[in-house]
Amino acid sequence: MINDKAQQSEALEALREGDRAEFAQLVEQYSPMIYRLGLKMLNNPQDAEDILQETFIKAYKHIDKFDGRSSVSTWLYRIATNEALMSLRKKRPDTVSFDVPSIYESEPQEPLQIVDWCCMPEEEYLTAEGRMRLDQAAERLPESLRIVFVLRDIESLSTRETAEVLDISEMAVKTRLSRARLRLREDLSTYYGKLVEKG
Amino acid sequence: MHKHEDCRHLLDSLSGYHDGELPQELCDEIELHMKDCDNCRIVIDTLGKTISLYQTTSEEVTVPDDVRQRLFHRLDLDEFFNL
Repeated sequence: MINDKAQQSEALEALREGDRAEFAQLVEQYSPMIYRLGLKMLNNPQDAEDILQETFIKAYKHIDKFDGRSSVSTWLYRIATNEALMSLRKKRPDTVSFDVPSIYESEPQEPLQIVDWCCMPEEEYLTAEGRMRLDQAAERLPESLRIVFVLRDIESLSTRETAEVLDISEMAVKTRLSRARLRLREDLSTYYGKLVEKG
Repeated sequence: MHKHEDCRHLLDSLSGYHDGELPQELCDEIELHMKDCDNCRIVIDTLGKTISLYQTTSEEVTVPDDVRQRLFHRLDLDEFFNL
């Protein structure tokens, strides 16, 4: 742990001094997670690529402002999240803002779809159509819920880390995650439920 | 009616239950409720399956070679691309 911290501190120092090799290593290490976040938020490979590039351009430009109190990954996730949310707003300026999600937090949506679709053969879930339904369901989530779902369930950040990236309370993370999961479950139940009923 | 109220009451806890972050007492309450309530059992099972499907598809995502190459080029890091 101490070695990890010492290594991170050395790497950070090298980055601040403009060490290109160190920066290349950072890009290599963290590209997959940033690209995945972009893809899951925007559901479009070109947008994901733009977010990937802009994230590292901003990271390089502002490395001197990174104080090392959070981890490098949390810092990069924060930049990438801002880029993704900005991109979404440019595309759909009329969508609900990330900052006013209260309508989605007031009451959980009660489950309407009660079909047990857990026990189909594995290969029946992730067909081309199944994958498309997963993407569409995620895309239908309000951005304030989608980003929490992506950070917690796809990127496996802890509740605390997610709260730190989004600058919201841990309670808000838990509430939004619960709403996101229940909505996705509901949405997917419509599709997979029909498959089960068809037999 | 009483049972339905229980379901509503537990709905908000199901996500925390899935993550194993609830106090033991509440876990016991949910497990006891699920013994008699097929609907809630189905919701918790399909909730878990929903999360697992997204995780499986996300694990497959990699940065395509051409995207990686353009990234290194944009960042003026071409010399490190093949290292």
